[in-house]
Amino acid sequence: MANNISPQLRSPLFYALLSAGVLVVLAGMYSVYLMEEHGHIITGMNNQIVWGIPHVFAIFLIIAASGVLNVSSIGSVFNKPAYKARAPLAGLLSIAMLTGGLTVLMLDLGRPERIIVAATNFNPTSVFAWNIFLYSGMFATVALYLWTMMEKRMNPWSKPAGFLVFIWRFVLTTGTGVIFSFLVARQAYGTAILPPMFIVISFAWGMAVFHVVQSTIYAWNKLSLDDYVQKRMRNLMAVFVIAALYFVATYHLTNLYFARQTEFEKFILFDGGVYPLLFWIGYVFIGNFLPLLLVYHPSLGKTKCVLFASLLIILGGFCLLYVLIIGGQAFPLSIFPGFEVSSSFGDGAIGLYQPSLPEIMLGFGGVGISFLITAIGIHALDFVPHEIPKKVGHS
Amino acid sequence: MMRLFVSLLLSLCVQNIWAMTESMPKIDIGKGGQCVKDPQWMRENHMHLLKHQRDEAVRKGIRDEKISLKNCIECHASTKDDSVIARADSFCVACHRYEAVKIDCFECHSGIRKSAWLQQRNAK
Amino acid sequence: MSDFNLQRRSFLKTSLGAAAVAIAPGMLLFSTAQGKSEGASSKVRWGMLIDTAQCKPGCNDCVTACNKENGLSGGTSATDSQWIRKIEIKDISSGRELSLPMMCQHCENPPCVDVCPTTASFKRDDGIVLVDKHRCIGCRYCMMACPYKARSFVHEPLSDQNPDVPRGKGTVESCTLCVHRIDQGKGPACAEACPNKAILFGNLNDPQSEIAIKVRSVASVQVRADLRLNPGVRYQGI
Repeated sequence: MANNISPQLRSPLFYALLSAGVLVVLAGMYSVYLMEEHGHIITGMNNQIVWGIPHVFAIFLIIAASGVLNVSSIGSVFNKPAYKARAPLAGLLSIAMLTGGLTVLMLDLGRPERIIVAATNFNPTSVFAWNIFLYSGMFATVALYLWTMMEKRMNPWSKPAGFLVFIWRFVLTTGTGVIFSFLVARQAYGTAILPPMFIVISFAWGMAVFHVVQSTIYAWNKLSLDDYVQKRMRNLMAVFVIAALYFVATYHLTNLYFARQTEFEKFILFDGGVYPLLFWIGYVFIGNFLPLLLVYHPSLGKTKCVLFASLLIILGGFCLLYVLIIGGQAFPLSIFPGFEVSSSFGDGAIGLYQPSLPEIMLGFGGVGISFLITAIGIHALDFVPHEIPKKVGHS
Repeated sequence: MMRLFVSLLLSLCVQNIWAMTESMPKIDIGKGGQCVKDPQWMRENHMHLLKHQRDEAVRKGIRDEKISLKNCIECHASTKDDSVIARADSFCVACHRYEAVKIDCFECHSGIRKSAWLQQRNAK
Repeated sequence: MSDFNLQRRSFLKTSLGAAAVAIAPGMLLFSTAQGKSEGASSKVRWGMLIDTAQCKPGCNDCVTACNKENGLSGGTSATDSQWIRKIEIKDISSGRELSLPMMCQHCENPPCVDVCPTTASFKRDDGIVLVDKHRCIGCRYCMMACPYKARSFVHEPLSDQNPDVPRGKGTVESCTLCVHRIDQGKGPACAEACPNKAILFGNLNDPQSEIAIKVRSVASVQVRADLRLNPGVRYQGI
């Protein structure tokens, strides 16, 4: 289809897409305005479910932002040439998604105009406070890394810069995981498996986002991806997906073993309504089984299948985060173990949450920001991977 | 280039010339009087006083009644509506609007004179 | 330039100048201010002992008193602030039922203080755990961390606040042990309002205080004691 469009007409399509992105971002900004005027009462969040859809979007974007840099790490740190060519694009995506995710997170605050207080009155025991520095530092290190790769004179420095980025994103993703790990009182959290789980999940989601963007760029520019590179990349993504599933399975299996956790697991996995649905169908089936089938089946696994598999992985990721973040809050705190409780404040009761339009608009606004940064970045600078010619003798 | 610069400068002055027709802000000083420092000192430093005092009061529990926000309001709230924020000439609003310095104290703090507020509550 | 413009310029200039050197104007002010209190001391630890045997199911007097004292709406929808609530509990294995009030437990090792990015959630020297609304950015991390669901988020703009109890949209709040009353030598509103004197308030660090004597002599527990937070609120009869 793209072959029939003349070069002159392709430009209007690009600007149309940009305008769509701007509209999405404006919708997000409008919902921020509404939340500032009226307060969080217009959202679905309440005193039981304090973090909602905006956090699902934000945490997905931040985890994927860290994970997409895997592509560059495999290039710079592990010296695989095919990945090295893709490192700048991965860097751009990382900055784009970090920006989108952080914007959503900051604008969902009750008083976003006071965010600077987190820097002036810093609490060293708070991982949120640490994250402010980790995330802004990530911007700086990735920008530095991009510079070393794109400025010819700085190329020798790209390896140490890549190494710095590699270390930084491990610390950053651990920092994202311990946000939940440090919450001792909630049955869904308070476990040390979450940071490594987030790291491996970031690999899977990062690769998936990279595939989506790469496929789109290649289709737009009428390029084709080398079969060998495609096979290596999609297989790697599949391995990450399986590894992530392993961590999720271990998390649930361990929980199931503890008598005091079985009620919670029953809720998440069996009788919690929307949560088991999203977990089994959204995450396990759509987010794992189908993509793995699409990648590994002998008659499948080509460009369209990889793109579709990546989209399903992303969808499954959102489902997993919804179950983890919102399901984890919906299950009541165990304040009096061994007792049945009830009160006017929802003690003992499952928390109810209905995502509202302002929240959804805010979440998509963040995605819109990431899209705009990516699209404008690719248009303005040299981010499209320069394919390195295959060496003679490679299969 | 020079013309652009001059026209920019002029356009900035137009607003000031327009504002020349206005005089100093009209402030309802409530009961008025002075108990902390003289008015000029207060104009320059009340924000620092408040910022320091709030940490002392909230975080350390050192409550100095004379320089508490409640005490400021007790005197300076309008005698007509007992408020420092209700109208355009209310004590806090008049100058802050004139100087275009937004304050958010009263998102949390009551702008009503405490003695009046207590009366209202007991009447309910 | 006109007189008034000069006035305005000097107003701005002096304000900016004052701001630029505003490092410790408070130090000067300290000496001029009179009539100030001593401040919270770590020699004191405020706590409460709640006798659940005296707490009647269906009675909400402590909740009503807290709402009135602190200017809460009294609503019980999912977005309304509740600083104290009555919980009806039933032992699953024995079937024994009881009723008790639950509020911020004013822990010695508060998880809410650990997680707050801006130090808004803090523990005063005398043990009261508070939210400094001047610093709170409304991230709700403390609400996620609290094991007792003690905290509420203000979901809508407020008006007509109690001048002694500032509260505002976009910040998190919880039971303050009526700190504004404590600093005047009084006790919390809930303790005063309970018709059966089920809530006993006092200084846990004073061995001669009524609460310290009682805590030494009768059996009482802390809720979720396994978390080792050492709350200042203890319960008899659970």
